[in-house]
Amino acid sequence: MQVPATFAYERADSVPHAIALLERYGPDARIVAGGHSLIPMMKLRLAQPEALIDINGLAGELGRVAIEREGEGEELAIGALVRHAELLDSTAATDLFPIFRDAERVIADPIVRNRGTVGGSLCQADPSEDLAAVFAALGATAVIQGPGGVRTVPIREFHRGPYETAVEPNELLIQLRVPVRPGTGSAYEKVERRVGDWPVAAAGAVLTVEDGVITSAGIGLTAVGAEGFHAPEAEELLTGRPPGAEAFAEAGRVAAEHCEPHADQRGPADYKRHLAAELTRRALTTAAGRI
Amino acid sequence: MSFGRMHRKEDARFIRGRGTYTDDVRLPGMLYGAILRSPHAHARIVSVDTGAAEAHPKVRAVITGRTLEGLGLAWMPTLSRDTQAVLATDKARFQGQEVAFVVAEDPYSARDALELIDVEYDPLDAVVDARRALDPDAPVIRDDLEGRTGNHIFDWEAGDRARTDALFERAEVTVAQDMIYPRVHPAPLETCGALADFDKVTGKLTVWCPTQAPHAHRTLYAMVAGLPEHKIRVISPDIGGGFGGKVGIYPGYVCAIVGSIVTGRPVKWMEDRSENLMSTAFARDYHMRGEIAATRDGRIQAIRVKVLADHGAFNGTAQPTKFPAGFFHVFSGSYDVEAAHCEVTGVYTNKAPGGVAYACSFRVTEAVYLVERMVDVLAAELGLDPAELRMRNLLRPEQFPYVSPTGWEYDSGDYPKALRLALDLVGYDKLRAEQADRRARGELMGIGISFFTEAVGAGPRKHMDILGLGMADGAELRVHPTGKAVLRVSCQSQGQGHETTFAQIVGQELGIPADDVEVVHGDTDQTPFGLGTYGSRSTPVSGAATALVARKVRDRARIVAAAMLEASPDDLEWAGGRWSVVGDPSAGKSLAEIALAAHSDLELPEGIEGHLDAATVYNPPNLTYPFGAYACVVDVDPGTGQVKVRRFVAVDDCGVRINPMIVEGQIHGGLADGVGMALMQVMAFDEDGNHLGASFMDYLLPTAMECPSWELGETVTPSPTHPIGAKGVGESATVGSPAAVVNAVVDALGPYGVRHADMPLTPANVWRAVQGRPFRTDLAIP
Repeated sequence: MQVPATFAYERADSVPHAIALLERYGPDARIVAGGHSLIPMMKLRLAQPEALIDINGLAGELGRVAIEREGEGEELAIGALVRHAELLDSTAATDLFPIFRDAERVIADPIVRNRGTVGGSLCQADPSEDLAAVFAALGATAVIQGPGGVRTVPIREFHRGPYETAVEPNELLIQLRVPVRPGTGSAYEKVERRVGDWPVAAAGAVLTVEDGVITSAGIGLTAVGAEGFHAPEAEELLTGRPPGAEAFAEAGRVAAEHCEPHADQRGPADYKRHLAAELTRRALTTAAGRI
Repeated sequence: MSFGRMHRKEDARFIRGRGTYTDDVRLPGMLYGAILRSPHAHARIVSVDTGAAEAHPKVRAVITGRTLEGLGLAWMPTLSRDTQAVLATDKARFQGQEVAFVVAEDPYSARDALELIDVEYDPLDAVVDARRALDPDAPVIRDDLEGRTGNHIFDWEAGDRARTDALFERAEVTVAQDMIYPRVHPAPLETCGALADFDKVTGKLTVWCPTQAPHAHRTLYAMVAGLPEHKIRVISPDIGGGFGGKVGIYPGYVCAIVGSIVTGRPVKWMEDRSENLMSTAFARDYHMRGEIAATRDGRIQAIRVKVLADHGAFNGTAQPTKFPAGFFHVFSGSYDVEAAHCEVTGVYTNKAPGGVAYACSFRVTEAVYLVERMVDVLAAELGLDPAELRMRNLLRPEQFPYVSPTGWEYDSGDYPKALRLALDLVGYDKLRAEQADRRARGELMGIGISFFTEAVGAGPRKHMDILGLGMADGAELRVHPTGKAVLRVSCQSQGQGHETTFAQIVGQELGIPADDVEVVHGDTDQTPFGLGTYGSRSTPVSGAATALVARKVRDRARIVAAAMLEASPDDLEWAGGRWSVVGDPSAGKSLAEIALAAHSDLELPEGIEGHLDAATVYNPPNLTYPFGAYACVVDVDPGTGQVKVRRFVAVDDCGVRINPMIVEGQIHGGLADGVGMALMQVMAFDEDGNHLGASFMDYLLPTAMECPSWELGETVTPSPTHPIGAKGVGESATVGSPAAVVNAVVDALGPYGVRHADMPLTPANVWRAVQGRPFRTDLAIP
């Protein structure tokens, strides 16, 4: 029987309350939402937090998906407590950005997707996290709340390393914001050993095309050691060029060159690097077809 | 009357969540056990300090190897006449080995107290790669065994070496291929565990445990612990899957028993998932080199095999004692070959013991995989279609009973008929045409065939025993006055549906509905002796005992019916489920009528005591030899190496089918196993002996998403030796399907010149195979 070590349990009734609890318990407290990464780690005693602060009661504050005006344009706002299944079911999100549908359909399994949350996935900061690549490709912004108020961090600066994020011990990720641009297509391509497995490698692509030219390219990569889960060199290469097979293949090659994949039982490094190129190419091709 | 499709009687409780598994059993005053395991694959144990754990307020006992040494229980015999540490005293020999056992008031405290035990280890180099185990400088794992200077366990051979070698020397064509059947695990949904209750007043020990062989466990406990056998009761309640992993006795069972004796209270221990994967019986782990000698026109003449068998740190394979490589020497398979020879060398490594589990029919799995891969390698060499090559070499119906070059007597079969049916069902010629079209477009599609002959139903007691216990099974049948019956058998279902199929056998023999027969099993105080359920032996052995004990009842009923009908028993015939006077079917008596009369004041002929009850023991004259032809169609993504199983056709012949629905269910499960082993399942180890598949995140079981809708076909060739013509089927699909999937993938990779790739064919492995740079699937990926 796998059972966690002893821990304190607190249920937050508001975001400020959650932050107050984080302040009270200090750095050995953990936020629990879906619990699909944290609780297995606790049962294996790889994680032994002193306290769990349960934010599952905060769906009113953190559980919305909505398109909001932002200055001249619009942004898609996704609450940190939105469940994978809710994001998958949100046509507001998936019509604008099919990359969400592509990715959420291959994240874990329906049971995990019913509980696991968008914010939890990003804050866990697993080097193989699918949504890290998705939001990196989308150029999203993370909204973080702490005792001093709310601040924003570009998603590409959100992940500081394996299992490390920009969220301080007394802060809470509350929302992800994605800029909405016309003429945009997006897609996600993942290779897994079996349905529900973490990716061997995966790539997301978001392309905006105006007058036959790529004006904005986002490429997200996961499980291949891409810094910040994205491929800036390949994005730069595409910007200002017309979309096309050759450009996409070259972007894939450049993206792969800048990865630092490590061998594990999902595959050797050279294979993962190959996938970085191949899946980037495929995601770009599909994204361009969806504009 | 009673054979045929009927819903499983067991399902009523299982689908309502009303099954009773070991972990569901709760006794008053019960304590909970937890095991501390070695983090090292190979390490000397310097000291074990249990003081802090013993001081935990909820802890009732801490048992170490030293404690057990005092009781003479630190080591226990394995089913292969080796010894295995119950709790390590001198060294830890695999990662996850049992080091100490904590007994506490609740499972949480037991688990917490494990962290209070301070073990000082002196790590040693580990033997991980079986191919290095016999190196002169390899660390000696079993220095506990007197005079042991290396890691060699046994050499074993079968077949005719001289004749085989001579055929190879003269052969027009020879092919050779190295292949690994990697270490896998049956991973049953229910993990292992035990609840032990030793009653100090009566001296009776009761053990609830999900064992596939309750009677063998009882006898072994008596032999090992010195407890009188009549004071031991083993109860195997509902089991959540066994697949061979629940045949042996695990250290945790012994610990629970000792825990109960020490504390005077019942002690329950249930392992968690990682413990199950790391420490209980693995399967396979065969490093094989196969060779075929053939004529240029595709006539297979001889097969030669060398095997390096990784048995882990203790030789604990569960198989008939005289066969250290199990039934691997059935590797000449379904083909008419002149000679065959195999050599098997077993070695110790720093891995968990086991070797025979996961529906392998005592290593027929490895044998079938080897020969079916080799036939495809030969087909590639000769440029022949693999189906055609098989058709040319299959045994012909008139050759049965057939004695194989390694001494097996195959009972019955029509192999070409089964293969033709499989090819028809899958639409073989059309698929080959489609494949050619797709290849022209750069697409990878493959078609894989495998043909298997199984050898199941161990076994004739003069050849087969486990630790001296002959593999014959008892059966007892009681008929109540109203004609309802209770059957008691020694085997134990782990999902095979014995409560249904065995009732059907009795129903068929006695002309009563299967619903009128209750099957009692799993409790040694309630059932006759027998060796248990594994190796697909239940229907071949206990099922035969069931048919024969029912016939004994029927014969007794005949005498009673004769008295009722005032006729001579010789003048009665059994027809339509009744005994009636020959030529006068209207004057007949049903079993219910006869049963009531047998318990009544009816004057019975001399020599008949009354009642109809009977008992028997069945010693099988031979194994049964089910067979089948499988065809698998895959699509492979050349850019990523991902394999999609598009179709799978399975034609099985298991003789007479008692309940076709249960047969099909078993085949479905086995085919999923095959997809799992071929494409994703593996337990690999890094150079330090760390287990790289110790959770379901790392050890991948196939899901419905990876499995196509199975397409089944059947032929029926009754077994001539089995009383109802049935053959075992529980493992057929697990045995036969991996080769079909691998053959399909390798076929798809034909344009790249790939002739072989080892399981599991993960995307990375397939991609590397295409590049001609395969990696070892049994080790950490470099």
